[in-house]
Amino acid sequence: MTALLSNILAAASESSAGAEVQNALGVVTSVFAAVMFILALKWMSAPATARRGNLVGEIGMAAAIIGALLGAHVVRYEWIVVGFILGTLIGAPMAIWMPMTAVPQRTALSHAFGALAAAVVGTAHYHLFFYAGNARPHPVTMAFLCLEVLLGSLTFTGSLMAAGKLQDLLPGRPMVYKGQNLINLTILGAAVICAGMLIFHPQIQWLFPVLLVLAALFGVLLILPIGGADMPTVIALLNSYAGLSASMMGFVLDNKLLIIAGALDGASGLILSIIMCRAMNRSFANVLFGAFGQVQTSVATTEKKTVRSATPDEAAQIMEAAQSVIVIPGYGMAVAQAQHKVRELYDQLSKRGIDVKFAIHPVAGRMPGHMNVLLAEAEIPYDRLVEMDQINGDFAQCDVALVIGANDVVNPAARHDKGSPIYGMPILDADRAKTVMAIKRTMNPGFAGIENELYYADNCLMLFGDAKAVVSGLAKELADGAANN
Amino acid sequence: MPTFGSHIYVFILAAFLGLEVIKRVSPLLHTPLMSLTNAISAISVIAAIEVCGLDKEHTTPLATVLGTIAVTAAVANIVGGFMITDRMLKMFKKREVKK
Repeated sequence: MTALLSNILAAASESSAGAEVQNALGVVTSVFAAVMFILALKWMSAPATARRGNLVGEIGMAAAIIGALLGAHVVRYEWIVVGFILGTLIGAPMAIWMPMTAVPQRTALSHAFGALAAAVVGTAHYHLFFYAGNARPHPVTMAFLCLEVLLGSLTFTGSLMAAGKLQDLLPGRPMVYKGQNLINLTILGAAVICAGMLIFHPQIQWLFPVLLVLAALFGVLLILPIGGADMPTVIALLNSYAGLSASMMGFVLDNKLLIIAGALDGASGLILSIIMCRAMNRSFANVLFGAFGQVQTSVATTEKKTVRSATPDEAAQIMEAAQSVIVIPGYGMAVAQAQHKVRELYDQLSKRGIDVKFAIHPVAGRMPGHMNVLLAEAEIPYDRLVEMDQINGDFAQCDVALVIGANDVVNPAARHDKGSPIYGMPILDADRAKTVMAIKRTMNPGFAGIENELYYADNCLMLFGDAKAVVSGLAKELADGAANN
Repeated sequence: MPTFGSHIYVFILAAFLGLEVIKRVSPLLHTPLMSLTNAISAISVIAAIEVCGLDKEHTTPLATVLGTIAVTAAVANIVGGFMITDRMLKMFKKREVKK
């Protein structure tokens, strides 16, 4: 049982034998749940054990909930039941029917829910301090409580913004204006000052809603300048914040299970955002305050260069002669819903004994690991999905590199052009393949607004058209070719 | 006065353990990892349950409303998070060995 509530209820709860048993039960279920959560993450390390990991996570959660329901201070169940029913009605349909392309939105929404829960519980506890009459909560308690609602509130609105952008309810392009960073930092500063005052003067009750609103506003403004390509980093960062706010709740409530589970979530989000930043050769500060992919007007090198284009028929002939093909999928593949056609192409090539692999850049897609899930859904075996560091050496021996809806992650300028905005970003070395084929709608530059010199290379063939149509054309040509032989 | 020393211990140790365990997760599974950790951090449901279930004499309607909102949000994450994680993990299949 939490210290805070125990304080509030001190007058009411004569420590009876029953309460002792309930407390012991709470400790046992908490420790059990913490162990299960750690095992869940450990088993998540490989596809073979991952489902078992998910299962023990569920068991741990069930135990913790039972422990909480049987807690000494839980005497009314009607509103708990209402919450359980509503939550299930919201959560289950999203999990069952959400298409895999929409998983980033669902993830952003779930960060919003988690953060909302933390902010709201924090608010309820602050409110109950005064109701219970002991209006001088300890400054340390107040400090954690303020941190909890600050993180919760800004993550709530920030995640809703991210979900809105991913769902195209809001413009996906970065929104920037003059003095943006100054305004954002001023608002955050004001929120921190509110929190600071509340720590030492918790009785100034009007400050609390001000803190909530300022943090919520900061969350909105923080995500405004974030563009689609930065979403993987930002989602990971919001994940981390949501976890930290749950952890802070544990500090406030003297509950170690909350601290542990929140810290695990925070650590996970932190690692993922570091991986994402590294994969783009950028810093946190640059992602959050850099407004990437927006003002690239300086790149005005409009010397007329020529590209070679090919029809699906010609491309299919080259592929038939190949021994190894590496496919490089990008978010464009998901937008065109081409993944099932890619699977057909994979089948056709594999049938001929051609070695087909998929090169996955860490930031491909709109959240960490997104591309793997999309390809796995199309039933492409996961041992064919290879991460960047492992596959880059293979391009030199590869006959065809097929780029589907990816752009900046295969731009060789990242290796040598110091003037390029993506200079230093680790890329997939598609240009080293004997033949590169790039499927693209038009020659318009990609998200970062940067010309891709790969398309002008001598070994590159452009396949113009919608990714789904082109890939399906390729698969059909190969199928017809097989039928004719 | 509450004691926070042991909590900071627990926090730091859990964070380090988390970093070590999660570093080993294959990049293949980063998306389901995120939905799983999200479901796990919805453990805040236990705090929400306590707020929601307080005896009428020791709480206010406002606190009960806030508690109900929190239970709803956390349960949505628990149910949705574990279910979609399993749905995604089911899709990851090895290559069939026959040819």
